[in-house]
Amino acid sequence: MFKQLQNNDLGNLEVTLDGCKILVPQGTSVAAVVLAQGLRSTRTTPISNSPRAPFCMMGVCYDCLMIIDGKANQHSCATYVKQGMHVETQQGVGPALGDAR
Amino acid sequence: MRDHYQLIIIGAGPAGLAAAVTATNHGISCALLDEQASPGGQIYRAIESAPATRAQVLGSEYQQGKTLAEEFRACSVEYFPECKVWSLNSEREVGVLYKDQSKIISADQVLVASGAIERPVPFPGWTLPGVMQAGAGQILFKSAGVIPSDGVVLAGSGPLLLLLAWQYMQVGVEIKAMLDVTPHSNFLSALTKFPRALLAHHYLTKGLIYQRDLKRAGIVSKMAVSNLKAEGNGELQSISYRHLGREHSIETGLLMTHFGVIPDIWLTQAAGCQHRRDSSQQCWRPQHNEWGNTSIDGILIAGDGAGINGVRSAEYAGRLAVLQALFSLGVISQAERNQQSINPRKQMRKERHIRPFLEAYFAIPQNMLATTDKSTIICRCEEITAGEIRAAVDNAHGDSNQVKYLSRCGMGPCQGRQCANAVAHIVADAGGEAISDSSLFRGRPPVAPLTLAQLASLSAENAS
Ligand SMILES: Cc1cc2nc3c(=O)[nH]c(=O)nc-3n(C[C@H](O)[C@@H](O)[C@H](O)COP(=O)(O)OP(=O)(O)OC[C@H]3O[C@@H](n4cnc5c(N)ncnc54)[C@H](O)[C@@H]3O)c2cc1C
Ligand code: FES
Repeated sequence: MFKQLQNNDLGNLEVTLDGCKILVPQGTSVAAVVLAQGLRSTRTTPISNSPRAPFCMMGVCYDCLMIIDGKANQHSCATYVKQGMHVETQQGVGPALGDAR
Repeated sequence: MRDHYQLIIIGAGPAGLAAAVTATNHGISCALLDEQASPGGQIYRAIESAPATRAQVLGSEYQQGKTLAEEFRACSVEYFPECKVWSLNSEREVGVLYKDQSKIISADQVLVASGAIERPVPFPGWTLPGVMQAGAGQILFKSAGVIPSDGVVLAGSGPLLLLLAWQYMQVGVEIKAMLDVTPHSNFLSALTKFPRALLAHHYLTKGLIYQRDLKRAGIVSKMAVSNLKAEGNGELQSISYRHLGREHSIETGLLMTHFGVIPDIWLTQAAGCQHRRDSSQQCWRPQHNEWGNTSIDGILIAGDGAGINGVRSAEYAGRLAVLQALFSLGVISQAERNQQSINPRKQMRKERHIRPFLEAYFAIPQNMLATTDKSTIICRCEEITAGEIRAAVDNAHGDSNQVKYLSRCGMGPCQGRQCANAVAHIVADAGGEAISDSSLFRGRPPVAPLTLAQLASLSAENAS
């Protein structure tokens, strides 16, 4: 659905997305990276288990929640990629139940 | 980060940046807090890091942010990026989350310059992956150079939708269709505002140029579209809509919608500032005077968070509010304040000539603000439908706060930022009441949900 425009100005960082190692440009939000990688949804809802994806990209909607470096309920649109970061799709409230609520 | 400042500014958009520059010129202690990683706010997002080619495609308006960002970097404000403000109270205590630590700091004067959010307008299927706000598309483009790869349908109303279409066109994104929900009747109501809009004709000219360019590029554009629906199993596969009395559908994996922007009032609501319904802007905004004073002493507001007036106005309003803060702090006299405000105020007035026309022309139809489709999800967090909200209205005696408690809508992590407006409209519609100042349910701190660990860091900090 999305692609990254050529950008040679930025260095690359190695990040693990759902178990796969990928190279991503520095200075980007996790949400932008996962969308450009072709991920359709970033989480499922705790209530009906419906898939959701980033909707607002500005920290308002909470639909971009993911598990980042083991912590559930992280705003992927407001978290910037770092070398060695582990990013996972989140199911429902995620493993650390209630961490962000 | 100190415990106390003379002035705290929340938001590093044009309003906050201009305010910081003016404030530090007068040598006061001033902190600027913003959740983004770099200055610019919504319009100038990533202005310092966007490669030249990208900045060029984003247009001349965007590039103007460079000067402001440079002025800001040269000033002596204490700038805290990636700093989320999660509460504000009437004592001017500001709860912040910075480097994973919670802290409460205070100020003699607080300027809220937190800007706008996109107006959330629920429609069937708007929660499906593949449906996103046009502003989200623009943020992906501005900050990361990420653009649609297999085409996109753009739908809704307002200048930002047109701008995004034009920006996408510059980089060869396939725009499958532009579906404009603006009803023809808006044209008539906007007509009376047209003479004043001519005083700011450069905005009109720009809009016409964008439209001409899109037309030349052969982009299909439909006017007065209704019944927009997003469809798909687990993700967006197609959209449907009605145009000239007939139903149509388009296969697409991506739909970006835009229904205008509204002030982000969650901080001023948390502080207990009074808010007013603005019927022309179809939103609620903090009540404020010509200097940006809210109903609470020492809390000021500037920029699109005070009411939508656009980027230039935001900058001037930021300067005016700081002059008022400096006067309250005893740094400048009333005469100096008045003298220094003449020019920004004059410029701001000029900028605003276009607004009544835009507001009338791009007004969102009532049946979209208060959907009658019962199965449409209104609260994205708690997955509460319009039908459930309508059903709760009787028991809640038409009070949206009661509807909130009865239905749980607005009680998820986004704290109602995505549903408050729709709930207010639906409740008024179901109860046969006119929409008013008090139709909106109340927001409560914390504005951003904190983890237990982050809250614990707060008590550790205060105990030490
Ligand atoms: C997504 C989006 C895209 C837009 N794009 C354009 C455009 O391309 N062209 C245009 O003319 N207008 C655009 N606008 C309209 C916009 O409102 C501008 O008029 C302008 O950016 C307003 O300036 P401002 O300083 O009032 O607020 P903003 O520029 O919105 O700045 C507010 C800042 O406050 C920060 N903030 C908000 N709440 C908190 C908090 N709780 N804690 C910490 N920081 C916080 C935000 O991160 C942001 O950086 C856009 C609006 C939106 C919502
Ligand atoms: S995409 Fe809306 S909060 Fe991150």
